[in-house]
Amino acid sequence: MTDGRHEGACRVLVGLLEARTGQTISPGRIWRIETALRPVMRNHGIDTLDLLVGALLAAKDKRLVGEVVDALLNNESYFFRDHVAFDALNDEVFEDIRTRGGDGRRTMSIWLAGCSTGQEAYSIAMMLADAPHKWRGWNIRMVATDISGNAIARARAGCYSQFEIQRGLSMTRMVRWFDQTPAGWQVKDELRGRIDFREHSLLGDLPPSGPFDVVLCRNVLLYFAAPVRRDVFARLHDALAPQGVLMLGAGETTMGQTDVLVPSRHYRGFYGRSDDRASAPRHAPRISAGA
Amino acid sequence: MKSCLVVDDSKVIRKVARHILESLQFSVAEACDGQEALNACRAAVPDVVLLDWNMPVMSGMEFLQALNDLKMANRPKVVFCTTENGIGHIRAAIDAGADEYVMKPFDRDTLEGKLQLVGVA
Repeated sequence: MTDGRHEGACRVLVGLLEARTGQTISPGRIWRIETALRPVMRNHGIDTLDLLVGALLAAKDKRLVGEVVDALLNNESYFFRDHVAFDALNDEVFEDIRTRGGDGRRTMSIWLAGCSTGQEAYSIAMMLADAPHKWRGWNIRMVATDISGNAIARARAGCYSQFEIQRGLSMTRMVRWFDQTPAGWQVKDELRGRIDFREHSLLGDLPPSGPFDVVLCRNVLLYFAAPVRRDVFARLHDALAPQGVLMLGAGETTMGQTDVLVPSRHYRGFYGRSDDRASAPRHAPRISAGA
Repeated sequence: MKSCLVVDDSKVIRKVARHILESLQFSVAEACDGQEALNACRAAVPDVVLLDWNMPVMSGMEFLQALNDLKMANRPKVVFCTTENGIGHIRAAIDAGADEYVMKPFDRDTLEGKLQLVGVA
């Protein structure tokens, strides 16, 4: 792709992805289009990107569009990506929600927006399931969504290759929460049943079960152009319950990109609704004034 | 700089592991079996041992048992790195006191993640 071959075809494919998902492919990543689409082309007996675009425009095979869009989405994910951030989520955010619950409202709702093939959703489920004494009597709802039907199917199946299973996952959690099968490492039903996986576009309606106490949207927003990203931030704001907490990817921020979500006053590296600032915090801030 | 002792009878694996570990800012020493590794640990305790399972002279499990018997106050973390990829082997490693387990083949991200899990990266 770097030699300029199929340049027109790439433009069409980037446009198709953007129109269908809002996601874009930066010029620096155009090279991966042909690699990503090679399996689709092979399955359909198509030799070049130009011929693929021709087939898409002829619209003879409706499934082809879906397969192409799915292949162009970056579904890379692994367990406990940024484990320090996951520890903070567990030890600070979840712990404060639990403490606030006391004898009163013992519910917590979590939305993983752009969950890809499910590794981070299962990571959260494992963290909670590993402390049953803490969450006894709680009603915890987890919704995990992705625009890719293939990714959601894989997430629901919860079966991972040897390569995938050991990316970020400790050996004790591997043996505690997975069975080794001929097809791969299969997440146990006890964990799988805790998560409601759904196909969903971040540009569409909010998923059911909201508003959410915690929303994770990690390493997704970088694939959107700035105006679309602003729109997604607005939807994430609307999905958050008052005092809700947003967790983004390690290199992502709301700063300079939206006014409706701001760095959390309570948790370093997390975000909250800007309109929460008018209301009193429900617990002592964890970030000291000098931090 | 953290130190890692790579224990594997395969020169290729030792070379690949060294390359990755040095890119992660580790100083690397090598041993080609458990006995050699035990001698190396007695001479200078590394922060972590990357340990193959099947080796001549002294296997990875025999090394781990011998290391535990030394009852060192500063025992290095032990990460098995092996082609033995059955869940039974992983359970046996946990029971024997291993700190983590990497199944070959592995890449830089996987190894870095495991080293983070044991607190040395």
